[in-house]
Amino acid sequence: MSILINKNTRVVTQGITGKTGQFHTKMSKEYANGANCYVAGVNPKKAGESYEGIPIFASVKEAKKQTGVNTSVIYVPPPFAAAAIWEAVEAELDLVICITEGIPVRDMVELKDKMRKSGARTVLCGPNCPGIITPDEIKIGIMPGHIHMKGRIGVVSRSGTLTYEAVGQLSDLRLGQSTAVGIGGDPVNGLKHKDVLELFMNDPDTDAVIMIGEIGGSDEEAAAEWYARECRNKKPVVGFIAGVTAPAGKRMGHAGAIISGGKGTAQEKLAVMEASGIKTTKNPAEMGKLLKSVL
Amino acid sequence: MKIHEYQGKEILRKFGVATPRGKACFSVDEAVKAAGELGGKVWVVKAQIHAGGRGKGGGVKVAKSMDEVRQYAGQILGMQLKTHQTGPEGQKVRRLLVEEGADIRKELYVGMVVDRVTQKVCLMASSEGGMDIEEVAAHTPEKIHKVFVDPATGLKDGEADDVARKIGVPDASVAQARAVLQGLYKAFWETDASLAEINPLILTGDGKVVALDAKMNFDANALFRHEDIVAMRDLDEEDPAEIEASKFDLSYISLDGNIGCLVNGAGLAMATMDTIKLFGAEPANFLDVGGGATTEKVTEAFKLMLANPKVKGILVNIFGGIMKCDTIATGVVAAAREVHLSVPLVVRMRGTNEDIGKQILRDSGLPIISASDMADAAQKIVAAVSA
Repeated sequence: MSILINKNTRVVTQGITGKTGQFHTKMSKEYANGANCYVAGVNPKKAGESYEGIPIFASVKEAKKQTGVNTSVIYVPPPFAAAAIWEAVEAELDLVICITEGIPVRDMVELKDKMRKSGARTVLCGPNCPGIITPDEIKIGIMPGHIHMKGRIGVVSRSGTLTYEAVGQLSDLRLGQSTAVGIGGDPVNGLKHKDVLELFMNDPDTDAVIMIGEIGGSDEEAAAEWYARECRNKKPVVGFIAGVTAPAGKRMGHAGAIISGGKGTAQEKLAVMEASGIKTTKNPAEMGKLLKSVL
Repeated sequence: MKIHEYQGKEILRKFGVATPRGKACFSVDEAVKAAGELGGKVWVVKAQIHAGGRGKGGGVKVAKSMDEVRQYAGQILGMQLKTHQTGPEGQKVRRLLVEEGADIRKELYVGMVVDRVTQKVCLMASSEGGMDIEEVAAHTPEKIHKVFVDPATGLKDGEADDVARKIGVPDASVAQARAVLQGLYKAFWETDASLAEINPLILTGDGKVVALDAKMNFDANALFRHEDIVAMRDLDEEDPAEIEASKFDLSYISLDGNIGCLVNGAGLAMATMDTIKLFGAEPANFLDVGGGATTEKVTEAFKLMLANPKVKGILVNIFGGIMKCDTIATGVVAAAREVHLSVPLVVRMRGTNEDIGKQILRDSGLPIISASDMADAAQKIVAAVSA
């Protein structure tokens, strides 16, 4: 088992004809069971064509009807990405993973409002995220597959390369991963730390979790408080928060990584996590070691 | 992206928010002329810089004669205005706003941001205007009233009226306050703002509701659909290094330490800065080269870091994924040669083609210090700069 995706997931790529979409669809198709998982692409102008043997359909609905896809990955450019997510939601897919970086916040506010009001069942991961991988089964996104190793540690993070760093450390210690989830660095997004943590807590094949956060917002605090209330001692969780040195009011790359109004500091997040029974480290080179110490 | 107060007021006026009449000025003579055109007996001369706290720093003066307008404009224009947001060196004042004086009966606060938890625009309002709103929030949170606006309907009449009453707007002025609050929301929404703040919003002696200040920031990701707002950008207010970086699609922020860092990915870049601090030094910058770094980009990144005279050493931390370590190594070697690197350089590389990358660094003959992990890298660069 794993969370969110496995070897039976069937994926449609929205934005399969763009340079980024093509490159990453090819890489993902070559990973583990990818050749069976990547079954459709979408581009209204190129329906009937194919890429790398993957048929292209006019819409997500059509792709679902023809191939039975249940998950979408989005590489559509930012001005059109929110509409692409909505198309996948309307097609009633289980999961949409939006890789696109740079979507206007207002577009996401509108989209999330529509999703809530429509009672949509689709789960959104991202935007501005590296994607999700269940090692040796399926990779959906832009992460390097070869650093991962199948196992029983869950990884959830807002950042891309910092996730790879954590995964790399785990694999070096021969601690494989059940699933690694990049939830993305945008202020208005889909899955939150708490949502992913809950999935890992209920996954019989995950023994422990690394939660990696960064400055800005209060997602990490919400996840930690939920864990303390509902799942303390169920499975160990360790954490790291990037941005102890970040000054207030300066946006550190990610749209969401900003300390504003004195809120969202790394110190505050670390304190709440520690108080909730989540061990933390201030040394990002020791995330793997810390996880090993709690097993 | 940030804009000036007078630009914020121009936007708010378009959305029906009342503001004092005023004019932006770039010289003392212009300021005097503007005051004459505005008429009246009292004028306010306001420094236009992007940082807040201008009044406390001496950047806002009330003039009661033309001579005072001339005197204050002369004092403020060109001054290095220091506020809690500018840092100790202050910010040079290049523009003024000259406005008609206002008859202030009561000062209120209204602001808007996107709330991450509810994923809606949040209107915040308080009877405690004119003060540092963060102080109000910290000490008397019950004095801040919030409305989470439904994006499908916008700010409703009833919601606006309710908030207006809660912050002490008298019944006779509630309709005006509604126009201000709904105008502010529309301005926020339609311009893709990330922050809009009126502090203070005033009640005048004759019961008018007027925006005495205006602060607006905009979502950088939405600027592609707002040419008029992009035109308001004032490069004089921005860090030249950050402007230069943006030309090469590098995400760069100047900091106060002496160790330059070059990293791929924002989260890893922050973590690298934190590691430097953990081992007793301070980072000179945040620099994310992004996912598609080329030799040219890496070279530009080196030039940027080294243009900062405080930099005594450089730490490169790369986790190669799609971007391969050999590509970065080639870029680092080329950059080090082109800029005649004279400070210690520590490189930590991990991931795709790591071995080839390391070999390229070794074969370069350059005195590059190799590190095995982030902590090792931080310790080595900290040791090198303190040697």
